[in-house]
Amino acid sequence: MSVSGVALILFLTFHACMNVVALFSAEGYNMICEMLGANWYAVAATLALAALVAVHFIYAIILTLQNRKARGASRYAVSDKPAKVEWAAQNMFVLGVIVILGMLLHLYNFWYNMMFAEMANGGYAYVNDLSAHDGYGMIAYTFSNPVYSVLYLVWLVALWFHLTHGFWSAFQTLGWSGKIWFNRVKTIGYVYATVLILMFAVVVLKFALCGGACCTGICG
Amino acid sequence: MAKNISFTIKYWKQNGPKDAGHFEQREMHNIPDDTSFLEMLDILNEELINEGKEPFTFDHDCREGICGMCSLYINGTPHGKTATGATTCQLYMRKFNDGDVITVEPWRSAAFPVIKDCMVDRSAFDKIQAAGGYVTVRTGQPQDANAILIPKQDADEAMDCATCIGCGACVAACKNGSAMLYVSSKVSQFALLPQGRPEAAKRAKAMVAKMDELGFGNCTNTRACEAVCPKNETIANIARLNREFLKAKLAD
Repeated sequence: MSVSGVALILFLTFHACMNVVALFSAEGYNMICEMLGANWYAVAATLALAALVAVHFIYAIILTLQNRKARGASRYAVSDKPAKVEWAAQNMFVLGVIVILGMLLHLYNFWYNMMFAEMANGGYAYVNDLSAHDGYGMIAYTFSNPVYSVLYLVWLVALWFHLTHGFWSAFQTLGWSGKIWFNRVKTIGYVYATVLILMFAVVVLKFALCGGACCTGICG
Repeated sequence: MAKNISFTIKYWKQNGPKDAGHFEQREMHNIPDDTSFLEMLDILNEELINEGKEPFTFDHDCREGICGMCSLYINGTPHGKTATGATTCQLYMRKFNDGDVITVEPWRSAAFPVIKDCMVDRSAFDKIQAAGGYVTVRTGQPQDANAILIPKQDADEAMDCATCIGCGACVAACKNGSAMLYVSSKVSQFALLPQGRPEAAKRAKAMVAKMDELGFGNCTNTRACEAVCPKNETIANIARLNREFLKAKLAD
């Protein structure tokens, strides 16, 4: 869980950095989309990523089943959660399922209309007559629908909770923690997760609120 | 000044590991609040015996907070809620109020089957300890006491880890039924000392393997264990165990 989790955090970092380009330049963003189109290295990386998510998720299912078995059949009638136990820490699996569902929606919204469309639909997205390389257009199109905007924001909140625990938990599992490092790693994790999620959320919000184009005057 | 309180106690009755178990309830009247929790249960049992009923079974031994024999999940917290960490025998009725409902349950974990009522079988801990929680001593001439110098800080840290009394509160509180806080404390008390280093790799692997074999769950770092530990063991021990275990595995 820890190793695959850290790898996924690194991927999210790359993805967030890529996304913020869309705030400043449509051409720049589409240039990245073209580079990451259906080229062999992008397809290979996508498959590797899918394998990474699968490892993280399948391992989580196995561990959760083992843990439920270890807990036993009888449940406490009264349970008092200690203050230092975080809500996210006890609900990582549920949060993970929400993240996976959000990811499936995201793949349908973007990957299916971009990389998949490039390979299967002659370079055109399945919606709105967009080119499969017009990532900027896809963002504007997707978040013009408020339902998607809200779903993406809910998804990002779930991901934030998942990361706030996952970050320090990975370090703890790998043994890089102790009485002093615990607080350091935890603080770094909270800051990192917050910055990362804000980077994603600001793109959603900008396109949801003003469709990207109208903002050029305000945002420069 | 001690005062007397009256309250309702709901206690768990179960005839062996296969029985479904149920709660029984009783009103307790005029119990002095300087009574310890276990003394209160003694009073309960006196009353039950006088009425010809079967007494309530629970674990206890030294009643000084050092042996790790007492257990009991009191109002949703192992050993009951105390500010500084204490075992059930060090919990006093002054922590409760007049009119309270006090719910007493056993440790609920697959690796700790119920023997009777709130007495559970914690011999799984002994088996983990026997798998590697020791230092092999080849008897011969007694060693000079100061032959191996140990920094005070290391000695203190090892002693803190060794204060784990193996009561099982960590397993009882963990949503995964994981014994990692116990095992990590027992591994740490040796790993921190030079005498423990020669067998450190073997010990970490053997104790973790035994823990898994006995059906304890996996650690997901929720910190419920350290929140309830009567001896204030911390999850820094778990990080140390993870380090020891990974180091041992990588060296294979």
